[in-house]
Amino acid sequence: MAIVTPERSGSPALQQPLNAPVRFLRRPTGYTKGLWGWMTTVDHKKIGIMYSASAFIFFLIGGLEALLLRVQLGAPDQTFLRADTYNQLFTMHGTTMIFLVIMPLSAGLANYLLPLMIGARDVAFPRINAFGFWVFLVGGLFMYSSFFLGGAPNGGWFGYVPLSRNIPGHNMDYWAFGLQILGIASLTGAINLIVTVINMRAPGMSLMRMPIFVWMSLIAQFLLLFAIPVITVALFLLSFDRLFSTNFFNVAAGSDPLLWQHLFWLFGHPEVYILILPAMGIVSEVLPVFSRKPLFGYQVMVFSGIAIGFMGWGVWAHHMFASGLGPVAVSAFSASTMFIAVPTGVKIFNWISTMWRGKLTFTTPMMFAIGFVAMFTIGGLSGVTHGVVPGDTQQTDTYYIVAHFHYVLFGGSMFGLFAGAYYWYPKFAGRMLDERLGKIHFWLMFLGFNMTFGPFHILGLQGMPRRIYTYPEGRGWDVWNMVSTIGSFIIALSIAVFILNMWKNRKPQEVGDDPWDARTLEWTIPSPPPEYNFKEIPLVTSRDELWHRKYTEDEHGRSVRREVVAEQPKMEGTEVEPSGAEGNATPDHVDGEEAHEGSGEEHEEHIHMPSPSYWPLVTSLGLPVISYGMIYKTWAVAILGGVLTVASLYAWALEPATAPEDTPVHGPDTSGDDLEAVPA
Amino acid sequence: MRRNRRLAALSATLLVLLAACAENAPQDTLKAQGPIARQINDLMNPVFIVAGLVFVLVQGLVLFAVIKFRARPDSPEPQQIHGNTRLEVGWTLAPALILLAVAVPTIATIFDLAREPENPVHVTVIGHQFWWEYRYPDLGVVTANELRMPVGRPVELTLNSDDVIHSYWIPALAGKQDVVPGRNNRMQLIAEEPGHYLGQCAEFCGDSHANMRAKAIAMTPQDFDAWVASQRAPSVKASPGTAGEAGALLFSQKGCGGCHTVEGVSEGTIGPDLTHFASRTTFAGSIYDTNDANLRRWLRDPQGEKPGNAMIIPGAPLTPDEITELIVYLNTLR
Repeated sequence: MAIVTPERSGSPALQQPLNAPVRFLRRPTGYTKGLWGWMTTVDHKKIGIMYSASAFIFFLIGGLEALLLRVQLGAPDQTFLRADTYNQLFTMHGTTMIFLVIMPLSAGLANYLLPLMIGARDVAFPRINAFGFWVFLVGGLFMYSSFFLGGAPNGGWFGYVPLSRNIPGHNMDYWAFGLQILGIASLTGAINLIVTVINMRAPGMSLMRMPIFVWMSLIAQFLLLFAIPVITVALFLLSFDRLFSTNFFNVAAGSDPLLWQHLFWLFGHPEVYILILPAMGIVSEVLPVFSRKPLFGYQVMVFSGIAIGFMGWGVWAHHMFASGLGPVAVSAFSASTMFIAVPTGVKIFNWISTMWRGKLTFTTPMMFAIGFVAMFTIGGLSGVTHGVVPGDTQQTDTYYIVAHFHYVLFGGSMFGLFAGAYYWYPKFAGRMLDERLGKIHFWLMFLGFNMTFGPFHILGLQGMPRRIYTYPEGRGWDVWNMVSTIGSFIIALSIAVFILNMWKNRKPQEVGDDPWDARTLEWTIPSPPPEYNFKEIPLVTSRDELWHRKYTEDEHGRSVRREVVAEQPKMEGTEVEPSGAEGNATPDHVDGEEAHEGSGEEHEEHIHMPSPSYWPLVTSLGLPVISYGMIYKTWAVAILGGVLTVASLYAWALEPATAPEDTPVHGPDTSGDDLEAVPA
Repeated sequence: MRRNRRLAALSATLLVLLAACAENAPQDTLKAQGPIARQINDLMNPVFIVAGLVFVLVQGLVLFAVIKFRARPDSPEPQQIHGNTRLEVGWTLAPALILLAVAVPTIATIFDLAREPENPVHVTVIGHQFWWEYRYPDLGVVTANELRMPVGRPVELTLNSDDVIHSYWIPALAGKQDVVPGRNNRMQLIAEEPGHYLGQCAEFCGDSHANMRAKAIAMTPQDFDAWVASQRAPSVKASPGTAGEAGALLFSQKGCGGCHTVEGVSEGTIGPDLTHFASRTTFAGSIYDTNDANLRRWLRDPQGEKPGNAMIIPGAPLTPDEITELIVYLNTLR
């Protein structure tokens, strides 16, 4: 067996860029550890963990906000929260859960898993990848700094004008600028993942052999790529209206407030699918593994995902059925809204068929995946009832809608993400989560979720509007609101069990490469994977590659374990880095060959990984500085932030992907750092 | 077939249970009290039933699979089935056909509800943060918070906003319609029985969105005509020696008239027209019944009672005596 040593150097003569790289600190190497190691890493796995850990902390914050809202609404005429505080909390709850929790959790999983699932050693643009994460984090922290600087955004996550234009104070400025920063994170992340999946698949990994999670993430990234610019335009116009009194949304100057709604929902509806498609992908990975059957109708699942991605652009006005669009437009969007249910329904039937005649084991990830199918179905059905426009004029802006999208985004996306968390945790962390605690977590969350959000259907149909900080007695809403509030605390308890589970299992265990007897490539490598992922780039011969290496089929089509696990087919030149890192393609694979030949160590392979860099972090730090300067009209600060960003972009551009001094060290591999070491 | 009937019975029972939960819920959308709301529910009820059936079918299949196909010690490795084209086509077409069956009556109803009513009462509704203003252009009446309407006759509402987007909603009578500044949206209401129908603003409109309630009061045509006549008559002026004299003086001294119109006294337009204030059953965006205790609460601290509203009493807060005098005066505005 070959000894693998990560090799970080090329010949300095060949690596010398045109200009000497700009730097003010010594460049970290692949062996830089601790906080600085995390802050400068370009390893997609560490970045994935940082995305997930930060998003989980935001999840706790967003959940705390929800608990405060539920305490206020637990009974009529409560005075626990003031009106303005309530409005800040519900605005930030929605904004947080969408932009700072579900999106980055999906991004984190995709970051970690996509290269592993397609047999790549890294993403296409490792430093841009790091940049995307840091921009997300500073964007989130920037928005949350508003709590300490005069008040958080309070105009709703949808920011309808003219209200969001008129609200005094800087609350909505933080919202508009914060979302623009987060948009940069999403865009760069989307471009990176799209290029990675398109270009860096292992040999033999044709598109129709890709794991379904890769497919669904890819579709979500394309949706992001096209949707983020739309909301960016809207936010840019709103920022100009607020800062410079332009008239884009000034009704007195002849603007139509519906312009904002069209722009916002033209982003907002694809966004819904951005939030749900990755979770659908996770469930489509988990169900086959624990049913011991392949995904039923793989092709149909792929194409229904694509169909959802396309049709998702043609339904935005169903958020505006009460806006006064007129019967013709409303009818068209009513029909399109109903028919997007078709590919969604197809997926549900395929999931059930995957389980059908399988051999089901109810591990925690499986339970969350089945929970997803059951809960998401409810959200889908209530979604169809919204498509019936006359009914929607009664339902819209009531708790019936709140029920609907919590069944889709919590019962759907979050259940799916928890399925993924339990499923891939051994791969990420090199240790299993406890199954007993996992099941307690599931059942508590399942109970709490349905207690919290089930009654919202009834409350909405009984006429309780959304976004009200209080309600009087005598509306018939008291009982169900109390039930819901109790349910929300049960959800909180279930999250505590999840944290306890992670805490109790913080010590590394021997989990093996493939603890679940799974089907895809990420389970062919150690847990946690080494920095370079694959010693040899795998050669893919079928969908569910790992399964086919382990199993063959008898004459009845039943799987039979192979006596000897099929050897990975050998390939020429697999020690070569699969593609040049980042734009300034250094000819390092040439070096690699040379180093390989020159080393004289027959059993040693040299895997080139890009060197860490602090420039992505420094570049991202300029963005909130610009935003603070703009919001407070302190132009010097804004210019300083701009200079910081542009200067660090230059320094970044002049920095070679692989540092000359990043010399090979035959040290222990560094990828097994504890999850707890994540800088929050 | 028998099973389907059983499922239908089950979902019907569930619907009844749902409706039973709605006892004493005045804003219940499922209890239509006018032809428009009823037409909406007649369209929705079969949709809810179909959704209920699909719910039972899907959850039943999930439960069945979970129970039947769970791993047992003796279960063999399953057959590796990759898909089935006929099934895929089937479960693509079946939902599409069901949805087509829903879409046709939906679109018919959309156009039906958009038709111009015959011989309506025209009312212009203006949304303000956080109260409703009603103008009856053909009748020369201006009022606030409560929409008065005759039973049996359609009321055509022209909706406009003075500031941000609101949404006008009386659930028992019709679905909601957004009230968008710069646009004239329209909707209609028809009530069949005299009574008070509660509603509230449904689009988030700022701090006191929750405190922007609405009320439609349906009256017999005779009562409605009488109400119109009384609203068109001038309210009693507080003249020297009458009960409201001191309050009337305070009303002008404290600058109330800068925001509120009282016909023949002041011409403010920021707050509600108070000419016939005492003839209304509620005030302050219909969050209070009109009575002395509530007026006292309100005048003591309007910002505390209803955060973010436009009522700011200039200078020092009103003393209890001043409040009493103002209440006496307001009660004369019939």
